[in-house]
Amino acid sequence: MKPALLAFALALALGGCDKSQTLHSGHASDTPPWDAASDPFVAPGWKAGEKASWESQIRNRTAAQNEYLRTPPRS
Amino acid sequence: MARMKFICDAERCIACNGCVTACKAEHDIPWGVNRRRVVTMGEGMPGERSISVACMHCSDAPCMAVCPVDCFYRTEEGVVLHDKDVCIGCGYCSYACPFGAPQFPSNGTFGMRGKMDKCTFCAGGPEPNGTQAEFEKYGRNRLAEGKLPACAEMCSTKALLAGDGDVVADILRTRVLTRGKGSEIWGWGTAYGKPSNGAPQGGQGEKAVKS
Repeated sequence: MKPALLAFALALALGGCDKSQTLHSGHASDTPPWDAASDPFVAPGWKAGEKASWESQIRNRTAAQNEYLRTPPRS
Repeated sequence: MARMKFICDAERCIACNGCVTACKAEHDIPWGVNRRRVVTMGEGMPGERSISVACMHCSDAPCMAVCPVDCFYRTEEGVVLHDKDVCIGCGYCSYACPFGAPQFPSNGTFGMRGKMDKCTFCAGGPEPNGTQAEFEKYGRNRLAEGKLPACAEMCSTKALLAGDGDVVADILRTRVLTRGKGSEIWGWGTAYGKPSNGAPQGGQGEKAVKS
């Protein structure tokens, strides 16, 4: 009786020695935007893969939202 | 490095919902999910204002802080994105966000909540830029196309500005300094000129007062 009980206890104890369980969390790594999109809608005027070129493109595009550059402000 | 930001000029927004439509069309957003919406305050009252609201890509984002599976990340340009493969749709981010940005498509039975969806600043997600997989999960990646978010680029009155925070702030500063305040921007003075003793300068109004 005793060995059987011991074997059962051992089996229970070893049951916890399964492979480690991991909870999937955290995000996948993202590609930076200057690695241009692989679609046909990429705007002209900048060089794919060049961070400085992309930054310049975005800065120019942002500045173009200022319509005072197109129409002079009221005097 | 550019730090991407949105700003909506309440003095210019005419609540046309062009930004909402542009966003929906650009990313093929399902029915019931609104990454961007227009909020009107004091509707029908003098001084009514509208602003366009979406994810503000917070510098200290509460959604990131509360996410139990850490699915959020911030890109080098300051855009707050999330990984839908990791999101469990718990909705904590929805409670934490002060702007009501996180959206949950209810496409399952018994109103089951799907994975969170929100404005991506048109920057897609973790999938390779411009791929079909990225489009299906997050929509178009306009930043990787060298463009700005569709909502801002489509805004007819340029109330909604997007892009490098420093440049956006400069544009708004110039506007505020140029347009003045009070009747200079709202009402009679703007439309017809500055009032003189309760009547407009020149034209019918002045004649009517004299006669």
